[in-house]
Amino acid sequence: MAPKTIVEKIWEKHVVHQEKDKPDLLYIDLHLVHEVTSPQAFEGLRIHNRKVRRPDRTFATMDHNVPTRERHIIKDQISKAQMEKLKQNCEEFGIRLADINHPDQGIVHVIGPELGLTQPGKTIVCGDSHTSTHGAFGALAFGIGTSEVEHVLATQTLWQVRPKTLNVKVNGRLGKGVTAKDLILAIIAKNGVRFGTGFVIEYTGDAVRSLSMEERMTVCNMSIEAGARAGLISPDETTFEYLRGKRYAPKEEAYEQAVEEWRSLATDEGASYDATVEIDAEEIEPQVTWGTNPGMCIPVSACVPNPADVTSASAKEETERALEYMGLQADQPISSVKIDHVFIGSCTNSRLSDLRKAAEIVRGKKVNHAVQAIVVPGSHSVKAAAEAEGLDVIFKQAGFDWRDAGCSMCLAMNDDVVPPGERCASTSNRNFEGRQGNGARTHLVSPEMAAAAAIEGHFVDVRKYKTPAFN
Amino acid sequence: MEPIKVHEGLVYPLNRANVDTDQIIPKQFLKRIERQGFGQFLFYNWRFDDQGNKRVSFNLNEDKYEGASILVAGDNFGCGSSREHAPWALQDYGFKVIIAPSFADIFYSNCFKNGILPITLSGNNVESLIQRAEDENYQLVVDLENQVVKDSFGYEEGFSISSYQREMLLNGWDEIAVTLTHEAKIEQFEQNL
Ligand code: SF4
Repeated sequence: MAPKTIVEKIWEKHVVHQEKDKPDLLYIDLHLVHEVTSPQAFEGLRIHNRKVRRPDRTFATMDHNVPTRERHIIKDQISKAQMEKLKQNCEEFGIRLADINHPDQGIVHVIGPELGLTQPGKTIVCGDSHTSTHGAFGALAFGIGTSEVEHVLATQTLWQVRPKTLNVKVNGRLGKGVTAKDLILAIIAKNGVRFGTGFVIEYTGDAVRSLSMEERMTVCNMSIEAGARAGLISPDETTFEYLRGKRYAPKEEAYEQAVEEWRSLATDEGASYDATVEIDAEEIEPQVTWGTNPGMCIPVSACVPNPADVTSASAKEETERALEYMGLQADQPISSVKIDHVFIGSCTNSRLSDLRKAAEIVRGKKVNHAVQAIVVPGSHSVKAAAEAEGLDVIFKQAGFDWRDAGCSMCLAMNDDVVPPGERCASTSNRNFEGRQGNGARTHLVSPEMAAAAAIEGHFVDVRKYKTPAFN
Repeated sequence: MEPIKVHEGLVYPLNRANVDTDQIIPKQFLKRIERQGFGQFLFYNWRFDDQGNKRVSFNLNEDKYEGASILVAGDNFGCGSSREHAPWALQDYGFKVIIAPSFADIFYSNCFKNGILPITLSGNNVESLIQRAEDENYQLVVDLENQVVKDSFGYEEGFSISSYQREMLLNGWDEIAVTLTHEAKIEQFEQNL
């Protein structure tokens, strides 16, 4: 048999119907739902008198709107109505819901893996572009629009064109203090924000193999920032260890059987991709974005680009506009940029290991007087686990605010907003204009870099930063 | 969904690349639970200042683009968030056709579900269309049946589109109803799970 990629294998197992000149009708194993992109889909079902085909394959939570402090008092009435609507819809259509007070509540891309809902070989969708996160487990997971949410609710399928495959091969090993976040930012900086458009990315190579599950999630999470709807990693022992014992994972003997099947999903030796790009992990330094998309990114030792050095007219204009929006000078060292806010959170970097690494940096230190810093755990259970090991105390003693789980300042739909013109070092995934608040200026970094910036008040190379973690 | 066959309309040029869906419709408007009424919030932070006054610097606020229904923009239009509120806002504002050298995947497929035709033309074509629309009151005719874009001065350019998506727009299909004609196959598939 010809060698195949994991994408081909998963695809072939999920085709329900195939016809010439049409997309394939693909079965969806797991549908995750949240409050922002679902109300109109449920309304569509009601209008046409349709049911949810597989409530047992659907799981909902509230994350985008939820307040991260005093959560029972939701001041914003429109947010409140949206959350209540989700609750009603889940009751009416018989869908499991981890609502704001539920112990399983959290960012949809944090709780799926945590509960073991996310498994290798599954097709997973959600009305959210960062669904690519679940690809870390060797699942084919991608974001969809609300019409497609309605389509999946009604039929448990989607019409999809078979995607092209792109191998992103990361050779060597990441250096000390260089994280999965720096890796994915460097990949996007090198290849641009649209090199993945039309492709599913498979991340391969030694550096990827040595990443933990949580680090793999960080990488796959940002596939969409490279334009790819999905990004995945072939499953291996790291994957199987992580899932063992998770609530919705198969149990005991069934688990061993599942592992055998999952193992066979991995891309075969010699399988071919439609395109390949390579990068050397050793070359990568801690990264900081300077502009208004995630590809506008430089190593922390570098200077902000000068539009005069940009050749194409449209790119020059884009650079100028980004510098103006960000309030930066051409050629200014990025480490000289002073920040007002630090946000540690989001589906990219809010898991227990992220919080541990950030806590390690701030332990025994104080947040700079000019900086307001918050930590927002990705889920209720991350929060509980962090508290059980005292991370909350380390953060609070350093002067961080310790919050409840949700998307929070990643997109500022709740009260956690960066004011106009102020600057935030953020562990999230998008530095678009206005993302963290109208006029807010976002710099994307790793949790370690964000923690160090909180202490110093500006960006510093975390590798030179004197902490027990690196000495 | 309303079918599109031939559309003639005024062109609005948005000479920017990587226009993300956060700009098309900012997050503060995603809290609504309706599908309608998003047009007033289209490009909100570009169109309006903090006081809610129109920014003269943003060209969509110019009188000459009032009633425009064809948007021409730079590469990678609609990148970022999967929010379908973006095509809802564009459609509600009055746009029926979007022309760009490339689109982000999720946005592209969201367009078809909402009766918006996204057309991919080469960078050179897009540049000259933007130029024309900046210089004068510029109308285009978009003929989906014959897959061409043309003006009354002799410009004519073909475009490609998948036959499935073309049919969907020409007929204004309810995709779920189409899928449900395959229900027996879905059931059969589920039995083997
Ligand atoms: S944390 Fe941010 S990127 Fe992730 S799902 Fe929430 S809003 Fe989207």
